Amino acid sequence: MSPVSQGAPPETPRDPASTAETEESLWWLASAPLAWVLHLLATYLTAANYCAKAAEDASLTGVRLAIAGYTAVALLALVLLARRGWRRHRAGESLGPHDFDTRADRHRFLGFTLFLLSGAAILGVAFAALPAVFMETCR
Amino acid sequence: MSDEREPRRREADDVEPLAEAPSKEVREAQEERLRATWKTPEGWRYWSAVNNSEVGLWYTSLCLIFLFFGGVLALVMRIQLAQPGSDFVTADQFDQLFTMHGSVMMFLFAVPVFEAFSIMVLPEMLGARDLPFPRLSAFGFWCFAIGGVFFCGSIFFDMGPRGGWFMYPPLTTDYLGGYGPDIWLLGLSFIEVASIAAAVELLVGILKTRPPGMRINLIPLYAWYILVVAVMILFAFPPLIAGDVLLEMERLLDWPFFDPARGGDPLLWQHLFWIFGHPEVYIVFLPSVALVAIMVPTFAKTPMVGYSWVVLAALGTGFLSFGLWVHHMFTTGLPGISLGIFSAASESIAVPTGVQIFCFIATLMVGKKAELRVPLLFVLGGFSTFVIGGLTGVMVALVPFDMQAHDTYFVVGHLHSVLIGGTIFPIVGAVYYFFPLVGGKQLSEKLGRLAFWLMFIGFNITFVPMHLTGLLGMPRRVFTYPEELGLGTLNLVSTVGSFVLASGFLVFAIDVLRRKKNQPYSERNPWGAGTIEWSAPMPDEAWGIRSIPEIDSRYPLWDQPNFVRDIDEGRFYLPDAEEELRETLVTSPIDAKPVQCLRVAGPTFKTHLAALGVGGVFIFTTFHWYWPALASGVFGLVMILNWLWTGTAPIPEKKEKHVGLGLTLPLYVSGPGAVGWWAMMITMLADLVAFMALVFGYFFYWTANDTWPPTDAEDLGLLWPLGGLGLGLLAWTATAMARRFNRADRPGLFYPALALGALAALASGVVLLWAPWRVGMDPTRHAYPAMVWLLLIWCAIHLAVGVIMQGYCFARRAAKRMDAEHDADIVNVTLYWHFVALTLLVTVAAVAGFPKVS
Repeated sequence: MSPVSQGAPPETPRDPASTAETEESLWWLASAPLAWVLHLLATYLTAANYCAKAAEDASLTGVRLAIAGYTAVALLALVLLARRGWRRHRAGESLGPHDFDTRADRHRFLGFTLFLLSGAAILGVAFAALPAVFMETCR
Repeated sequence: MSDEREPRRREADDVEPLAEAPSKEVREAQEERLRATWKTPEGWRYWSAVNNSEVGLWYTSLCLIFLFFGGVLALVMRIQLAQPGSDFVTADQFDQLFTMHGSVMMFLFAVPVFEAFSIMVLPEMLGARDLPFPRLSAFGFWCFAIGGVFFCGSIFFDMGPRGGWFMYPPLTTDYLGGYGPDIWLLGLSFIEVASIAAAVELLVGILKTRPPGMRINLIPLYAWYILVVAVMILFAFPPLIAGDVLLEMERLLDWPFFDPARGGDPLLWQHLFWIFGHPEVYIVFLPSVALVAIMVPTFAKTPMVGYSWVVLAALGTGFLSFGLWVHHMFTTGLPGISLGIFSAASESIAVPTGVQIFCFIATLMVGKKAELRVPLLFVLGGFSTFVIGGLTGVMVALVPFDMQAHDTYFVVGHLHSVLIGGTIFPIVGAVYYFFPLVGGKQLSEKLGRLAFWLMFIGFNITFVPMHLTGLLGMPRRVFTYPEELGLGTLNLVSTVGSFVLASGFLVFAIDVLRRKKNQPYSERNPWGAGTIEWSAPMPDEAWGIRSIPEIDSRYPLWDQPNFVRDIDEGRFYLPDAEEELRETLVTSPIDAKPVQCLRVAGPTFKTHLAALGVGGVFIFTTFHWYWPALASGVFGLVMILNWLWTGTAPIPEKKEKHVGLGLTLPLYVSGPGAVGWWAMMITMLADLVAFMALVFGYFFYWTANDTWPPTDAEDLGLLWPLGGLGLGLLAWTATAMARRFNRADRPGLFYPALALGALAALASGVVLLWAPWRVGMDPTRHAYPAMVWLLLIWCAIHLAVGVIMQGYCFARRAAKRMDAEHDADIVNVTLYWHFVALTLLVTVAAVAGFPKVS
């Protein structure tokens, strides 16, 4: 249709199989927020539940270790998700704003968004874990 | 724009519009048919319209009326507070005023206005003729209108709710008699149902009715935000509805969910309310950012800088906002670590919020020098105000500061900066921006500027002093204060400011309502925007869009040559309505590949009657008139069934239809490709969230009580609950089998399977309710039996609805409205039953299993 498109040949992404619509899923975008929410709930419920039953100045050592564990798992999952997103973002040649009407750019866009979302979730997880670094009792 | 970067790329097989326009005669004949098909009803039948442009307009107008109503309530409060010891209104009236003001602004303006506005403009932005379920939008609107008028009316009978917009028990359970809290709980629950209906509509609209080629990386940012907000509504509103159910049960039936003397806990309400209430703030805010995101590139004349980053901001703010609710509960005596977690989470949301603001500023900086027109003025005024509100938000997110500022005017100042700056200014700006799309006329630039400066200056005079009043010790929600506090001057300044602010709104209202008969129509695309909605002619035609375009860019009006001409001349899809039926395209969710030519419903009064019937249930129950409520409910159910029977999934006269550009699409689709399947899926997700909120309550009591179940609680045993579960799962299996038999065209097995399913479902409901009845569980004695009963009743209601659905499918096939090939009804009903099976499993595990292991 448009004369502007004639200059550029159709793209051939490195991995054409992965760019069919059936190979993509919007659920990937939900994965990073899901990791964050599971971490937040686990952290909060562990702490709140323990302190609801324990004395006011009860030591938090066990809870803090548990939170450290949750945080390690969540961060690992999020780093893997971020890596997956980054790889998709870098697939093929174009690094532009991913706004072409091509399967490849849609693929890269979804990857980049997953990457950014994982970043936001890493931030959220780190913030939610911070109080456990400083708090020693249920007070 | 595109000349500064590499040429735009497309796939080799991308579709071109017709090279030659159809002849003039053909075009005129097409237009005549389209016009006849989409004609808006006239006379009194005008109100039977269901098309998005009418419903959206009514909806938006009514929301703005509620905004003005809420504003007048605020002015009355400001008069009362202008000087110490005033007796302009009584304490009791003042309580009603602030409760109504907050509730009206939140539930009748802020949330619905974005849904209303989206119903109006989203199809235009997506180049669709209408949303997939126009009658659902209409039903939602009429529910909203009935509920809203009922709710607002209460204050004129001195019956308005007085508990504050968050209705904390025990104030609302033990100390407030009368109907006020019931009007709040039932009236607003009804409106929340309408909100969820609109969210389903918008979600399916964005995922399934985009124009061909509008891949997920090309959709307008507005649609991204609305997608996020619709999902948030599905997760935020159901917990509130669950909370409403608990609170209303305590008020009406004395089931002690929030009574600590009987195992309840008032903090559960606070949790459920704020799991809704904090995301709510972002549900209100993000759509306004969406408006900004669509206006900024237009004025900067350049694509949005950092599209992906803005998408990140929308998604990131959306999910992080669900992790902040406890910051409204900092002073309830929670352990320090809980406070710390939520304080930190509250700080973290500033990051995505900031990202989008920086993207907008960057866009304005790199673009051509933006002309400071009225909409942009409101956007910039909104930015500055919102940023100040955001910063005070970071302050109150810090626990020690919050302990001081909690429930003072500092919080009032903060929340109004966020909501007026973040939400209302962009909305008023958007009314100026989008107004030509409604009637083809522009609003006045002069009046707009005047309105802006009055509002902006008035806002600051009103709310900046409130931060000080609060820090000096003035609590929220007091109807007066003594002179010795020395707050008279600051309060008087706020009152003066509020009238300046109100005069700005008055100018705005005058501009909208003034006669524009002699004013010429606006030129087409008056702002030079790049998004599809501005392809509309002035004034617009009722058909939505002349032909549905193939999209290659985020800003097709800028990037696709001859785009508007090709739409106008019917060179794209669906340029005609050969059968004179309302049609739009359904596409796939990621790449927007066309999958169906969807026929959407036309004008009707059935939705009004259905809304009336359902509304009656809530209104009559408020006054404890249970028989009329029941009758009204039955009437509503019959009307809904009648609407579904006559209007949904009709078997088309032919299998496929040519929609233009060599594309032939099916007219009937069932399963995950169909819009109805998505709507059922999304609705049931919301239902599941409400159920999970109740289950959360069950386990919350376990943490809050020393023993849960209490030591003297009756034991349900395992036999009856498990028996009920078994029967329920049998009903589920039978329904799933019936779907298979239908598809295999074996009526001899289909009917018996469905009948077996219905019988098993009924038996399951009876057995599940028999279990607590048998051991004499008294729900008023303790929160434990109350919770057990409630979960089982929840299951029984779902089973009963499931039986109605099974009966519906039985009748559909018998009436030849469903067959082996056209099976959307049974497919969607089976999907419903999957959720019922899950609900039963979780319930029985909780009420029968948990006591055995705890």
